[in-house]
Amino acid sequence: MQSLTNRSKVVERKEMTLAERLYLPAIVNGMVITIKHLFKKKTTISYPEVQREFSDIYRGHHVLKRDDDGAERCTACGLCAVSCPAEAITMVAAERKPGEEKLYREEKYASTYEINMLRCIFCGLCEEACPKEAIFLTDRIVPSNFERGGFVFGKDKLVEKVDLRIDVSKRQTKSVLEFKTHKQYSHNKLINK
Amino acid sequence: MAKVTIDGLEMEVPDGTSILNAARMVGGDIVPPAMCYYSKLKGSGGKCRTCLVKVSQGSAKDPRPMPKLVPSCSTTVQDGMVVENITSLDVLEARKGVVEFLLINHPLDCPVCDQAGECDLQNLGYKHGLAKTRYEEERRTFEKADIGDNIKLHMNRCILCYRCTYVADQLTDCRSHGVINRGDHAEISTYISKAIDNDFSGNMIDVCPVGALTDKTFRFSSRVWFTKPMDAHRDCKKCSGKVVLWEKGNEVLRVTGRKDKYGELEEFICNECRFEKKNTSDWVIEGPRHIDKHSVISQNHYELLNNIKVDIVKYQKQVAERVNKG
Repeated sequence: MQSLTNRSKVVERKEMTLAERLYLPAIVNGMVITIKHLFKKKTTISYPEVQREFSDIYRGHHVLKRDDDGAERCTACGLCAVSCPAEAITMVAAERKPGEEKLYREEKYASTYEINMLRCIFCGLCEEACPKEAIFLTDRIVPSNFERGGFVFGKDKLVEKVDLRIDVSKRQTKSVLEFKTHKQYSHNKLINK
Repeated sequence: MAKVTIDGLEMEVPDGTSILNAARMVGGDIVPPAMCYYSKLKGSGGKCRTCLVKVSQGSAKDPRPMPKLVPSCSTTVQDGMVVENITSLDVLEARKGVVEFLLINHPLDCPVCDQAGECDLQNLGYKHGLAKTRYEEERRTFEKADIGDNIKLHMNRCILCYRCTYVADQLTDCRSHGVINRGDHAEISTYISKAIDNDFSGNMIDVCPVGALTDKTFRFSSRVWFTKPMDAHRDCKKCSGKVVLWEKGNEVLRVTGRKDKYGELEEFICNECRFEKKNTSDWVIEGPRHIDKHSVISQNHYELLNNIKVDIVKYQKQVAERVNKG
């Protein structure tokens, strides 16, 4: 039969030479390789004592941002959920009551917001879809867990704390920051008040 | 009968037909968009100017072109008329301008608005508008008004198409709803904040092309594209009872009338069907509603799969026969 490639080799069964039959030179050769590796730089690190440098565009644990006054930016528009290819995001919207203006930026807010971290593929499409600059992916690692239920992150784990803000300045490209300064987008601010 | 040519398509339509309706008889891309015209409401049209078309030949007798673009919803055809819609750059340019004008005072709060996903203005903006707004001034705002338990009025979103006032005029017995003030200050209102409690007042929600009038019972309960539209009917003494149920799981979140491909209601439904019958047991479900594949609502909306019934026993027999044959 004609072979598909010319890479096949015919195996020869020669009788071994004396050096080969002794095995010792082969063992020595192998040991040299092993010992050489002992003095090489290790490729692994002992996490979490040592942590690697993150890329500026690393996409990890999500954060739901608050605005400068500490009100939640998310308005439960559902665009993150509809853009999510893994269908990891669910939310329930609610209407803001009088007196809650400091808690929620707009008249509608997400009363529950859940991301299933086992489904999430960290593609960043939710961030891209968000019209309110509410959701960002950060350089934090999603902690491990023993149970599946522990990977469904609710608002308690996603919304940033008022006193412990999470820096997302690296996630905002120049074009985004420029976009925010345009006077023609000032209508966004008007609604908030 | 009059012979008209719209975008190179020749057709014969009865005298007195408007250009828009003539185009709708053929259908497809040559139909101009309409924000205010509503075929079921007498007198509607001529307000929004999105349906502008160019008449390059007035009629067979007088072949001069019309000097300006004309609203196709309120211009009747004449024998030998030649109309340009999407083939004319002037029309497309003018439409872009009209969309920009409509959006000047629109708050762009789509993330909050319940109409998002099925909003005519959103569709129009995507199809004909600019991606950016050039408007820098402060937008016109109105005081919040309460017009009843079932209907929510957001005057800021209104584009003043007057459709809802025609509903109030023509479907309901007494006129309790209209436009007050003039020009930039014009606003939809019920006179002396009188609550609308007519049996068919709920139809102004479906008739509204934007999110100015929305269902209070559905307010913020779900985005439209997360609900499943199902055709359903029930025996109703007041109306035809033919509706669309917007379901999430086994819950009926919203009941609306059935809209045709031009976004117009096929039949007006009563308030009892719309606001009070929110149980699946109240309805006879006919099957999934057809949704245009370009709509965001068509996400995860399957119309065919539900209708396929596989006869497993028959299928197993067929397989067994095939195996026995060898």
